[in-house]
Amino acid sequence: MLEQLEKLRTEALEGLRAVADGAALDTWQRSTLGRRGIVTLITRRVGELPKESRPAFGKRANQVKQELTAAYERKATAVKADEMERQIATGAIDVSQPGRPRPLGRLHPSTQVLREICRIWGDMGFQVYRSRDVETDEYNFQLLNMPPHHPARDMWDTFYTTQEGVVLRTHTSPGQIHAMHDYHPEPIRVILPGMCYRYEQISARSEIQFNQVEGLAVGKNITFADLKGTLSSFAGRLFGAQIQTRFRCQHFPFTEPSAEMDVECILCSGRGCNVCKKTGWLEILGCGMVHPAVLRHGGYDPAVYTGFAFGMGVERPAMVKYGIKDIRYFWSGDLRFLEQF
Amino acid sequence: MIVPLSWLQDYVDITLPVPELAERMTLAGLEVETIQYIGVSGADLVWDRDKFVVARILAVGQHPDADRLVLARVEYGAPEPATLVTGATNLFPYLGQDLSGQNLKSPMVLEGAAIYDGHKEGFVKTRLKGRKVRGIMNRHMLCSEKELGISQEHEGIMLLETAAVPGTPLQDILGEVILHLDLTPNLARCHSMIGVAREVAALTGTSPQGTPQTVRYPSLNVVMGGPPAAEAVRVEIEDSALSPRFTATLIRDVRIGLSPEWMQRRLKLVGVRPINNIVDITNYVMMELGQPLHAFDYDLLLQRARTTSVSVPTIKVRQASIGEGMTTLDGTSRTFNEYDILITDTAGPVGIGGVMGGTETEVHVGTRNVLLEAANFNLINIRRTAQAHKLPSEASARFGRGIHPAEAIRGARRAAELMRTLAGGTVGQGIVDNYPDPPEPVVATVTPAQIKRWLGIHIDQKEVVAILEALQFQCQIKGGAIHATVPDHRLDISTGLTGTADLIEEISRIYGYGKIPETEMSDPLPPLRANRPQEQEERTRDLLVAAGLQEIISYRFTTPEAEARILSPGSQPDERPYTTIANPISQDKSVMRHTLLESLLVAVAANVRHHGHVALFEIGSVYLPAEGRRLPDEPTRLCVGMAGQRETVGWMGGDEGSMDFYDLKGVLEALTDGWRLEGVRYEPTTDPVFCPGRAARVSLHNGRTHLGTAGQVHPLVAKRFDMPDGIPLLAAELDLDALMAAIPAGFEVQPIPQFPVVYRDVALVLDEAIPAADVQQLIVQTGGRWLAQVRLFDVYRGTQLPAGKRSLAYALAFQSPDKTLTDRDANKLRDKIVRRLEREIGARLRSQ
Ligand SMILES: [Zn+2]
Repeated sequence: MLEQLEKLRTEALEGLRAVADGAALDTWQRSTLGRRGIVTLITRRVGELPKESRPAFGKRANQVKQELTAAYERKATAVKADEMERQIATGAIDVSQPGRPRPLGRLHPSTQVLREICRIWGDMGFQVYRSRDVETDEYNFQLLNMPPHHPARDMWDTFYTTQEGVVLRTHTSPGQIHAMHDYHPEPIRVILPGMCYRYEQISARSEIQFNQVEGLAVGKNITFADLKGTLSSFAGRLFGAQIQTRFRCQHFPFTEPSAEMDVECILCSGRGCNVCKKTGWLEILGCGMVHPAVLRHGGYDPAVYTGFAFGMGVERPAMVKYGIKDIRYFWSGDLRFLEQF
Repeated sequence: MIVPLSWLQDYVDITLPVPELAERMTLAGLEVETIQYIGVSGADLVWDRDKFVVARILAVGQHPDADRLVLARVEYGAPEPATLVTGATNLFPYLGQDLSGQNLKSPMVLEGAAIYDGHKEGFVKTRLKGRKVRGIMNRHMLCSEKELGISQEHEGIMLLETAAVPGTPLQDILGEVILHLDLTPNLARCHSMIGVAREVAALTGTSPQGTPQTVRYPSLNVVMGGPPAAEAVRVEIEDSALSPRFTATLIRDVRIGLSPEWMQRRLKLVGVRPINNIVDITNYVMMELGQPLHAFDYDLLLQRARTTSVSVPTIKVRQASIGEGMTTLDGTSRTFNEYDILITDTAGPVGIGGVMGGTETEVHVGTRNVLLEAANFNLINIRRTAQAHKLPSEASARFGRGIHPAEAIRGARRAAELMRTLAGGTVGQGIVDNYPDPPEPVVATVTPAQIKRWLGIHIDQKEVVAILEALQFQCQIKGGAIHATVPDHRLDISTGLTGTADLIEEISRIYGYGKIPETEMSDPLPPLRANRPQEQEERTRDLLVAAGLQEIISYRFTTPEAEARILSPGSQPDERPYTTIANPISQDKSVMRHTLLESLLVAVAANVRHHGHVALFEIGSVYLPAEGRRLPDEPTRLCVGMAGQRETVGWMGGDEGSMDFYDLKGVLEALTDGWRLEGVRYEPTTDPVFCPGRAARVSLHNGRTHLGTAGQVHPLVAKRFDMPDGIPLLAAELDLDALMAAIPAGFEVQPIPQFPVVYRDVALVLDEAIPAADVQQLIVQTGGRWLAQVRLFDVYRGTQLPAGKRSLAYALAFQSPDKTLTDRDANKLRDKIVRRLEREIGARLRSQ
C-alpha cells in the first residue's frame, strides 16, 4: 500500500505538471485532493494495514498530502498568472475609436458671461438686484435726471408701448432707483443684470435686445478714486491682473463726473487692430459718480452721501472674446452656434 | 461735428501733434472718432510736393481733332508752360479768351504721380502716365476734387481762387486734417468752431508745459449806414418762454452771387452745400459761432405787409394755431401743431422758428435787400417740432441742444459785416433787438473739501481757479469757496449742489482722469442680502444642463398671430391683452410675449433639420398686462422642448428611437428631484397646444399649485412649425416662480442602512384606466416604513391579457433600519400590498 501511495504521489505530481489551464487544474484538484479524491480514498484504506504499519503509513500519507497541496498552490498561482497574461494578450482594443457619446447640456453664452461678471462682483461685495423689463418713463428717464424732451434722451432710441408713459427699459439704470428706494438709508452695493431694449435696425452689429449689468455703490465716503480702483480691479479679475485700463470723460445724465473705462485691447495687446479700430483700447463700460439729483430721487441726501454707478454690456465683450462676427447669433436659438460654447 | 484744423486755427493755435491733440480731446470728453487727412502725411493719397502743384491757366484752345476736348496752356512753376489735353466742361466757357490778366487756377498733377481714378467707383489709385490723346501728347493733368481725394465731385476740374503762385505745392493750400467729433448731448457748446477752439485752448493751455492759450474771436464790429432798421421792420415776441430773443438786421443793396472760394471750400469741408453768398454767410456764421441764422428777402416781406395794408413789415414770433400751414424751404407743405413756434408777419407764417424758413420769403437771385434773423427759441419746442415734422436740420440740431440768447446778437453782427464786405450790402443803422428778459448770470460754487469728498484727491485752490478760468469761468474766492460765474456759452452748468457737481466734472476732466489715483473703497460694506430667486433660477439652469439640455435665449418680442400658432385649430383663442410696442422695429416684433413656447417650438423645429437629437430650454419673463395697472406682470417661465432620436448613435449602436413623452417627463423629474420637490403630480389634461391623451397637467400640493403643462405637441400645431412628419415634438412650459416658491428650505440626510435589502417582484394585471401613479401611491402607503423603494420595471399589454387590461411589474425593496428582515417578513409585506391592490383597484397577480 505504501508503494501504491508513492506511485500515486509520482503520478499526481506528473499530472499536475501537465496541467495547463484553470479548468484542468480544478479537475486535478478534485480528483487528487478533493473530498472524493484519491489521496482521501487511500488514506481511508489505512484500516486494511497491519496495526504496526499504520503510523508510518499515516505519517507518509500526511506528508504526501501536504506536498501535493503545496504543489497545487504553486501551480494555481502560475496558472492564474498565465491566464491573466493570455487575457491581456488577446484583449487589446482600438483606443482610437470614439467613446460612447454622453448628452451634454450647455448654458447660453450670455448666461456664461453674465455669471462670470456676477461672480466677480459678488466676490467684491456687490449683490444681485433685479428689476422689471417694462418700465415707466419716470423710472427709465425722469428719476435718472432726464425730464421729458431732454436732449440726453437722444442717447437712447426707445421702444414705447401703446400705454402712455410706459417704455421698454433702455438700460438697467431704473433698477438703481428701485434699489435705492428699497435700501435707503443703508449703504448700497448691488449689481443689476438684465435684458434691455433699444430701437435699432437689427444687423450683424446691432440688436434690439441685449443684456446689461449695471452696478451701484452708495455710501457716506465713496469717491471717484474708489470708482477707478474698484473698476480697475474688476477688469483685472475679468481680463487678467496685468490688463491696463484708462478712464475717458463721457457724459451720462445720471452720473457726474462720468467716464468710460477702456481696457487694453485683448486681441492685439494694445498695438492696434481692426477690432479696436487701431486705438489699442476697447471700450468696456460706462461709469461715473451718481448725480446729486439721482441720489435725491433715490431718497439719499447728496450733501451726505456719494456713490458711483457703472454699466456694461454682455454680448459685446463676448463677441470680442470669442471672435463672434454677428450679434444676431445670440438670439437665433441655433445649436450650430450655441453648442460651440 | 466736423472740424477742419485749417479753420480751427483761425481761433486757436494747435500746439500738439494731431494724434496727441485728438487723444487729449477724447480723454476730456470730446470724442475724436476719426482723423481724416487730405493730401498730407497720414492720408491714403499723399500729395507729393513736387508733383501736386498749383497751375495757372493761361489760355484754353480747341483740340484740333476732338470737339469735346480742349487744350489748356498752363504755367506751373517750370521754366516753360505746358499744354494739357482735358475734357473738363468747366473750361469750355474760356475757349479762345485771353486769360493772362485773370487768376484762373487749378490743381495740377505731374506725370508719374499716383492719383485716384475719377471714373471708378470709390477711391481707386492709378498712376498718371504720359500718352497721346487724339494725336496730342499729354503728360500732366488738371484734377477734379475726386482725383485728389477731397470729395466725390468729378464734374470738371477744380478751380482755385488763390493768391498762391504757380508751382506752389498743393499741400500748402488744400492739404487738410479734419477731426470728426462724436459729441454727447451735454456738449451743445461744441457745435461750432469757436466752441471747439475754447476746449482746445483749455486742454492745451493748462498742461504744465503749455503756455496759457487764448481764443481769438472774430471781430463783431459792423460798419453801418443808411436809414435805421427800426424804421423798416418791427419785431414782436408773444411769449419770451418760447422765444427769449429775436433780432432783425437789415442789409440793403446786396449783390447775390457766389460766395468766395475760401468760404465755399470751408462749407464743403463741413458738409454744407454752398448756395449763394447770403445763404452761405448764414451757414458759415452758424458753423463758426454756433448761432443759426435765417435770411429773408426784405422786399417780399414788404409786399406781404402791403397786401395786408401795413406799411412796415412786422415780425411776430408766436405759438402756432392748430391747423395753420405753410410751405417750407424744402418744398413741403406743412400743417402745424401747438408746440411749433412760428415766425409770422401780418400775412401769416414765414418760417418755423429755429427749424426752417418758408419758400415764399426766401432769398433768391434777384434779392436786393436782406432781413437777417438771429433769434433764440425754447429747445423743447424745437425738439418736438423737428421730430414731428421729421426736419433734423443743422439749425434745429443746435437750437434743440440749447443756445444762450446772448449768442443771437453776436451771430447777427458777424453775419451782417460779412454780408457788407462779401456781398456789397449796406447794414442798416441799429439792429432791431427784442430781448425782454435777459437771464441772470449763473454762479456755481465749489470748495476744495467738496472736491476731496467727490474725487478723493486734494487739488490746490489755485489750480482749480486756473482750470475754471481756462474754461472762461470768472472766479471769486469767498469764505473758502470758489464762486464761479458761468460763461454764457455754458448752459450745462447749474447752481446749488448740482452746480457743484457740474464744476467738479469740469475740474476733473481738465485736470485729467488719469491723474486721479485708484483706491479701494473705505466705506463700510453694507449688509449682505441673498437674492434667493436669482440663485434658484441659476441652479435650475444647472439642473437642466446636467440633464443634457441646451439653454437658448429668444427674442421677447413676438406677434399675437405668431403666438396663436401654438393653439390647435378650433381651440379657444388667447384673448388676454398684450404689452404692445408703439414703434415696432418690424412687423414680426409688435408685442411682448405671453409664452416662451412659440419661440422654443420654432427653435426645436429649426434645429431638428440638422441635429438628430434636440433638447432645449429657456428661462425668462413673459409679459401679462393686468387690469387697472400701468405695468404688466412679468412672471418667470421655464420652457423645455425636445425632439429627435433618444441617443446620439455611435459605432456601438444606441437608442435611435424618437423621444417621447417619458423623455420629457424624465427631464422634468430630474429637475423636481434635484430641487427635492415632493408630490409632483402628472394628471391627464386637455390643452389646445398638446395632443389629446398625451399631455399632463403638472402640479404640486395635491393639485392646488398649478405648475404648467407637459406633453406631446398636437400634430397639427407641430406641422405649422414645419416639424418633419413622424417625429414627436415634446414641450413643457412651467411657472418657475411657483416652482421656486415650493422648494423646501432644507432637508435631512438619512443614515446609510446597516441591514440588508430583501427584494420581491410583483406583476399585477389591472384595468388600463388606472393610472400607474395611483398604484404606486397605494403600494407606498401599504408598504410602510420597511418599504425602501418601489420601481416600475415593466409595462405589458398584449395577447396574453384580456382587452382593456395591462400588466405593471414592480420591484419592491424591503429594508429595516433596526434588523435584518427575514424572507417571512418580506413575504408578509408583499402579500399585504397585493391584497390591498386587489381589494381597492381590482388588481390580480399575473404570475398566478
Ligand atoms: Zn486691438
